[in-house]
Amino acid sequence: MLKGLFRSPSFAIGCAMFFGTLLIALFGPLVLRVDVEHRVGLAYMQPSARHWLGTDHLGIDMVSLLIKGLRASLYVGFLAGSVATVLGTLIGLYGGYKGGFIDDVLTSVTNLFLVIPTLIVLILLSSSLEEGRSLTLIALLIGCTTWTWTARAVRAQSSSLRTRDHVALARINGFGTGHIVLFHILPYLLSYIFMVFILQTASGILTEASISLLGLGPYDSISLGKILNEAIRNEALGDGAWWAFVPATLLVTVIAFSLYIINTSMESVFNPRLRR
Amino acid sequence: MRSWLRAHPTLRHIVGRAGWYVLTFFVAVAVNFVLPRLGDANPVDMLMARARTNLDSTTARQQEEAYLAEFGLVHVDDAGAVIRDAAGKPVPTSLPSQFLRYVSLSAQGDLGTSILQHPRRVSEIIGKALPWTLALQLPTIVVGWLVGNLLGALAAYYRGVFDRVLYPIALLTSAIPAFCLGIILVYVFGIQLEWFPAVGGYDDGMVPGLSWAFVRSASYYYVLPFVSILVIVVGHQAIGMRSMCIYELGTDYVKYAKLLGIHERKILLYMFRNAMLPQLTGLALALGGMVGGALITEMIFSYPGLGLAILTAIQGNDYPLISGCTLLVTVCVLIANFCVDVAVGLLDPRIRASHGAAQ
Repeated sequence: MLKGLFRSPSFAIGCAMFFGTLLIALFGPLVLRVDVEHRVGLAYMQPSARHWLGTDHLGIDMVSLLIKGLRASLYVGFLAGSVATVLGTLIGLYGGYKGGFIDDVLTSVTNLFLVIPTLIVLILLSSSLEEGRSLTLIALLIGCTTWTWTARAVRAQSSSLRTRDHVALARINGFGTGHIVLFHILPYLLSYIFMVFILQTASGILTEASISLLGLGPYDSISLGKILNEAIRNEALGDGAWWAFVPATLLVTVIAFSLYIINTSMESVFNPRLRR
Repeated sequence: MRSWLRAHPTLRHIVGRAGWYVLTFFVAVAVNFVLPRLGDANPVDMLMARARTNLDSTTARQQEEAYLAEFGLVHVDDAGAVIRDAAGKPVPTSLPSQFLRYVSLSAQGDLGTSILQHPRRVSEIIGKALPWTLALQLPTIVVGWLVGNLLGALAAYYRGVFDRVLYPIALLTSAIPAFCLGIILVYVFGIQLEWFPAVGGYDDGMVPGLSWAFVRSASYYYVLPFVSILVIVVGHQAIGMRSMCIYELGTDYVKYAKLLGIHERKILLYMFRNAMLPQLTGLALALGGMVGGALITEMIFSYPGLGLAILTAIQGNDYPLISGCTLLVTVCVLIANFCVDVAVGLLDPRIRASHGAAQ
């Protein structure tokens, strides 16, 4: 199965794009001089040999800002994606395996929060958390509001597994719920959960960018969304300073696109229904 | 009533769903009430901070009490006068009683007063902005949904070159974040090429109305935001429909129909009808996502809709306006979801049955 995955061209393209941005984020500060504290020139200076992507409205080097922003965005994505995946998986697995009253309660809570728009909750939360709106807190908030659809999907899978023979056998052998869920149900869902994690990471990055774009971004860090917000607020579009927003826009698009095609190529390999 | 419901599974389904959504609505209202009050910002302090500069202390205190009464933060007697304790200070209301007041006022359509645009009513501001958002979002989503589903079904059925060209394009357009496409469109077509106006909803100095000149101006401004949403909706729907149809093509009834030699177009119709059902849920999701999409798109295009209203409210910490808008948005999403639930229940007997069994 994995062989099929590695042969798929869209998987290769997606991985190349994603790991490319990851490499820039990880090793950029080691290779290039990253300085977002000091002004290196005038506002909106054109790209030059010294400053490859010019400067922003304050005269800060754009390449430095982008590397910092990329790191922050990827960090938010991974953290929010992990929280959403772990929460959703645990709730979905437990409810699906247990069934009965607990399952009904968990399903109702999940469905309830599934309908209330995430972005609205995040806007309300971030606007009331005027101070203390750190990057980590934003990531945790995103994770805590997007776990619902993971939970719903995992629950469906896990409740179909609970009647399998090997699960019944484990129960007869006297294993506890935790053991059965972790060692007899979870392994069957791993590939699925990994794909969910990829999607949750992508949506975490996009959600953070949206919130920052609205001006509700982190106070302690630069992110790609915040770069865009600053560029729009400071007339970069009208001034024709494309270097202030086009690279950030492209980076967000590349990350989102690469994660999506990694996900769809995995799905077409792991999900036999989609094969033809 | 009970026996009557038992005899009508469809009706039972609808009633059950309605009850569930009423419950969800109350949770949403509570969320909407609690979240903005988590921080320590207070509308009266903000209004006073703006007014204080040109008021002496007595008028300032009177003004403050009037605001406190207006936002329901102190107890008021029937005549509208502020109730005082022994020390002469106004008696503050408790959070639960504020909540009850909020619910009963919201139920009457009174969403309070805006802080930033005081003394304009929130409902008045929303009433002005809402038609713009609806006029932009509804046609875009419906057209995008229809076109996307058609393209997806055709790609799955004809495969070959058509699919190999369409699928990567649809993947790309569905993965582009709405704001990225918006920014690029504004920059390329609005500012560089100057084909369409980059920002706004209509020409400066025009009064919104149904005159021919206004409609022409507004439709000129409509193009870029419309395209930026449409492209993404089409991509999303095409991909969803394509994989649904690939699944349907592998089912026994399609194979059997092919063996019988039934006309291709008729098979496509059968398939389309079955694959359509999950896509209806997709329509609800698109309508739900309309909120987020509207916010960002309207911000980038400075389009005078609900999204821009929320944005200015956020920037000015205008809590009544923020929660008024979010409440409206939540209600719309709940209604859309309810309609789809009912429609899917009417179209698919399996869902009706499973819901009936769960009761």
